[in-house]
Amino acid sequence: MKLNGRQFLQGNEAVAEAALAAGCRFFAGYPITPASEISEVMASRMPQEEGVFLQMEDELASISAVFGASWAGTKAMTATSGPGFSLMQEGIGMLVMTETPCVIVDVQRSGPSSGQATRVAQGDLMQAKWGSHGDYEIIVIYPNSVQELYDKTIEAFNLSEKYRTPVILLSDEIIAHMRENVVIPQSAKLIERKNPKEEDKKNFLPWKADSDGISPMAKFGDGFKLMVENNTHDERGRTNQTDAALHTMLIERLTNKIISHKDDIIKTESLFLDDCDLVVVSCGCVSRAVLEAINIARNNGIKSGYFRLITIWPFPDEQLAAIAARTNNILVAEMNTGKLIREVKRVVDPYGVKVSHLAKIGGNYHNVEEILEAIEKVVK
Amino acid sequence: MSKYESRFAGFGGQGIVLAGVILAKAASLQEGKNAVQTQLYGPDSRGGSARCEVVISEEPIHYPKVAKANLLVLMSQEAADVYYFKTKASSLIIYDSGLVQLGTLKEDARHYPIEATRIAESLGNKMAANMVMLGAVSALTGLISLPSLLKTIEKSVPPQAVNLNLNAAKEGYRHLADREGLH
Repeated sequence: MKLNGRQFLQGNEAVAEAALAAGCRFFAGYPITPASEISEVMASRMPQEEGVFLQMEDELASISAVFGASWAGTKAMTATSGPGFSLMQEGIGMLVMTETPCVIVDVQRSGPSSGQATRVAQGDLMQAKWGSHGDYEIIVIYPNSVQELYDKTIEAFNLSEKYRTPVILLSDEIIAHMRENVVIPQSAKLIERKNPKEEDKKNFLPWKADSDGISPMAKFGDGFKLMVENNTHDERGRTNQTDAALHTMLIERLTNKIISHKDDIIKTESLFLDDCDLVVVSCGCVSRAVLEAINIARNNGIKSGYFRLITIWPFPDEQLAAIAARTNNILVAEMNTGKLIREVKRVVDPYGVKVSHLAKIGGNYHNVEEILEAIEKVVK
Repeated sequence: MSKYESRFAGFGGQGIVLAGVILAKAASLQEGKNAVQTQLYGPDSRGGSARCEVVISEEPIHYPKVAKANLLVLMSQEAADVYYFKTKASSLIIYDSGLVQLGTLKEDARHYPIEATRIAESLGNKMAANMVMLGAVSALTGLISLPSLLKTIEKSVPPQAVNLNLNAAKEGYRHLADREGLH
C-alpha cells in the first residue's frame, strides 16, 4: 500500500517506496548486502502496483533487463552494491550510448572485490563516474538521510527522464540501514520523457535531437521505426564506425546534454560559510558526523564551515571554487583512501587553498571526536 | 529535550533490534520527536552478539550513532562486559538480572535489575523479554509513554503475538513503576 505522511522508515525502504511514487514499475536485481532490502520491498510492493519484479541470475542480466524495460516505455530501476555495480559497468555504457533513462542504486560497502560485505565505505565515488569505458558524462546523486533518499530517488527518476540518461543514486551501508523519520508527500512532481509526435511517425529519426540536445524517445510497439544501436550511430540509428565527424558529434551531444544543464542538475548544501577559517567537505553518511563535529567546533570558537556534495557528478566545480575564494583551509573527510580529495584539489589548488585529508577505511564510520581533532589540527 | 542516546545489547534472537526499532518508532510517530535507529549489522544473527542504538531528540539529529549512552539495556553477560563502561555520567542501566552479573557498580549510574526473561517466560514465552525491557524503559524515562509504546508494539509484531508482547511490556512497566513508586 502506498505510504503517506509521517513514517519511520529504513533508508533502503525509502528508496523503494520513492521509486514506486516516481512511477517506477519495473525492478530487476540480484540481492546483495547492503542493498537487499530494496529488492525485498520491491518484491512485495511491485505486484500491488501492477508492476514487474524480476530476480535475475546476476547483475549483468539485471542491468540488461532494466534496459529492455525502459525501451518498452516503463520507468525501471535496479539496486546493487560494489561487486554488482562492477558487473553492471558494461551495461551502464550501453545505457549512456543509447540514452536510456533508468535509475541504478549503488549501496556502497567496503571493497575492493567482496571486501567487507556488511561494512560501510565510500569507495565507489570514482567508479560511478568512470566505471564504463569511453567518453561520457553521467549524473550521480548521493543523499545523507532517509528523507533525502526518498526525495532524491524521485529526483533521480526525473533527471533520467528529462535528460534521457541513466542516473546513479549512491547510498551507503549507514544511511541504507538507518531508520529515521520521513515525511512522504501526498503526490510528487514527476517529469516524463519526451515522446515523438504522431505526425513525425513517417519520417521518424530516433536519434535526431531537439535544440536542447535531447531526442524524443519512442518505445517499441508504438509503430515508430526504431533502431537502438550501441555502436556509433547516425540519426536513423544506423551504425557508422569510421566517420570521425559523426562520432565526435554524437559524443559531444551526449556529454553536452549533461554538462550544459549543470545548473539544473547540481545540488550542494552549504552552512556557516560566511565567517569560517576552514571548510569541511564531505558527502553521504560522513557528512552527518561532520555536521555534528562542526556544531561542536563552532561552540568552541572554531569558525568552521560545512560543504556537502549532494550531486557528486557532474562535479560541483563552480560551487567549490566559490568556497576556495573565501577560505584558506579545506578539510576533506571521506571513507576511502582518497577519491573526493582528488577532485577537490583539482578545483581549489589554483586558489592556493591548503587541503587536508581525513580518510578512513576498515568499515568503521568516522566518529565525531576524530573529525573534531582533524578540524583543530587544521586551524592550529 | 536535548539529545538522548540509548543502546540495547544482548545476543541474536532476543529481539534486541526490534526493541530499538519500537522505541524509536514510538518516539517518532507517537511522541512527535526526531529519532534515528541504527544497529550492529554483520554476519552474526541468532546466538551472536546483537546491538541496537537509538538517538532521540527534539532537535534535528545529525550523527546517527551512539558513542556513550544515556540509557543502556543489557540482556547478556557479553554485552555487559563490552558496553557497561560506555555510558555517560548519571546514565541509566537496566539489565536482565537473570542473565547478567554486574561486578562493582559504577557510582555515577542508576542501576535497575529486572528479571526480564523470567517474567516473559511466566507470561508464556521468553522471547517477549525485550518487551518487558521496553516497559521498564517507558516507566523510567520520559522517552515514550506506556500508551505510545503499546500502540507501537501492536503495529510491529505478528498478530498472534500481540497479546503476549503487550502483556510483557505492561508487566515490565508495572515492575519498575511499583518499585519506583511511580503510580
